[in-house]
Amino acid sequence: MTLLQRKRLLIKASPWILLVSLALLWELVCFAFSVPTYLFPAPTDIWASWLEYQGPIMKHATHTLFTTVAGFAIAVIFGVILGVLVGSSPLIYKAVYPLMVGFNSIPKVAFVPVLVVWFGIGTVPAILTAFLISFFPVVVNMATGLATLEPELQDVLRSLGASKLDILRKVALPRSMPYFFASLKVAITLAFVGSVISETVASNVGIGYLMISASSTMDMGLVFAGLVVIAIMGVVMYEMFAFVERRMTGWATRGSDPAF
Amino acid sequence: MDLVEFENVSMRYGEEGPMAIENISLSVRENEFVAVVGPSGCGKSTLMKLVTGLAPPSDGYVYLGGKQVSGPQRGVGMAFQASNLLPWRTTLDNILLPMEIVQDYRHRFRAEKAKFQEQGRALLARVGLAGCEDKFPWELSGGMQQRASICRALIHRPSLLMLDEPFGALDAFTREELWCMVRDLWQEEPFTVVLVTHDLREAVFLADTVYVMSKGPGRILVRKPVDLPRPRDLAVTYTDEFAELVFELRDHIGRIREESA
Repeated sequence: MTLLQRKRLLIKASPWILLVSLALLWELVCFAFSVPTYLFPAPTDIWASWLEYQGPIMKHATHTLFTTVAGFAIAVIFGVILGVLVGSSPLIYKAVYPLMVGFNSIPKVAFVPVLVVWFGIGTVPAILTAFLISFFPVVVNMATGLATLEPELQDVLRSLGASKLDILRKVALPRSMPYFFASLKVAITLAFVGSVISETVASNVGIGYLMISASSTMDMGLVFAGLVVIAIMGVVMYEMFAFVERRMTGWATRGSDPAF
Repeated sequence: MDLVEFENVSMRYGEEGPMAIENISLSVRENEFVAVVGPSGCGKSTLMKLVTGLAPPSDGYVYLGGKQVSGPQRGVGMAFQASNLLPWRTTLDNILLPMEIVQDYRHRFRAEKAKFQEQGRALLARVGLAGCEDKFPWELSGGMQQRASICRALIHRPSLLMLDEPFGALDAFTREELWCMVRDLWQEEPFTVVLVTHDLREAVFLADTVYVMSKGPGRILVRKPVDLPRPRDLAVTYTDEFAELVFELRDHIGRIREESA
């Protein structure tokens, strides 16, 4: 194995190495200071909880995944449409931005009770919270991608007789794809935050609910198992978008690895 | 016949802004190669915007092909200092972009794609880019990108080609190569060109007529026909006749600078 190959292998394996070492350190700390499980469970305790409650955890996890993806999908559709409007019209940009920033500054957890009054507890407020929390980055990134189109390029196209729609379709949209994918990666993780928050406040199904009920019985192993499952789902979704991004916008990174 | 005509055109940006150009009258014959030179900030780019209808004049009239210019013109080719190629398209797809937009071609683009691609390849070969069709712009050198950019401006056979300092960012050798490329393209199948530049040698070497502009507000100081015989070889740039022309134009520019200083 050459040095270069070894280096590549190391880079590939690095996230796993880091993960395993952190887990070992965690285990070691819990063991060394004999931290009680009901305060801070060691990885082995979490694993034991997972084995014990696998069925219910998976049931709640799939529900959370469903609400998250549903809220995220609405956020992407809404975000792209609003982003295109904001990015292509200075008037809409001026009009909408302050309102949107103001809205985004509201803590969404404070909004959940309102949603509950409107839609009852359960799935709908979770989907809506996931949507509300995750559409903002999509709008901002789409708008930025469109608004930063080079004026000279616009001149070239307009002097060919291109309409606004032509410019949008042929140049502005493809050009803003890297911005779009960057926003998807932020938005999907935020969507998980939104749905789990809503589930902890007002639901009887989902990982958030599972964690709240587990912590009320001081079953910390189960709480952490829930946390780990959310984290894993988040990473998997993130990687999916990263993969699609590499396939679709390889031109933006000139075909090399995205790093300095 | 005059393709482009300016009648006492003035232009200011905003209501109270300073004059960008003032009282400009000039005309460009069909298939004439015109160069506009001047110090930076003399409103050369404003001139381009006026011809292409991207901006309306504050005063006076601009005619293109006998009709008054109002609103963006269809089918004018443009190339700038930055090549502005689209990084997600291959070189060939980049230069075929106008075919997807210009009125006369866009409806036929899907049906006759193979034919257009053949034209694109032929044009790329003429500027020495054969074999680069499927490369992405960022895989090309600066000079090659600029060649492709000019191909994109020419592929739809525009009635007018506007070049805004297209060789400004290139090194001296590449620049001379590209002069010859433009000269050959123009010599083989003449088209009307307005070249905006601050390089006097470039202007004299390529153009039939050179206009010298003053700065703030931009006015036309001199109209200088260049009657060096065509086709011009690069060696012509080392003749006394050529040097005299450049020197004469340089003198005008020098005077502008003194006056404004």
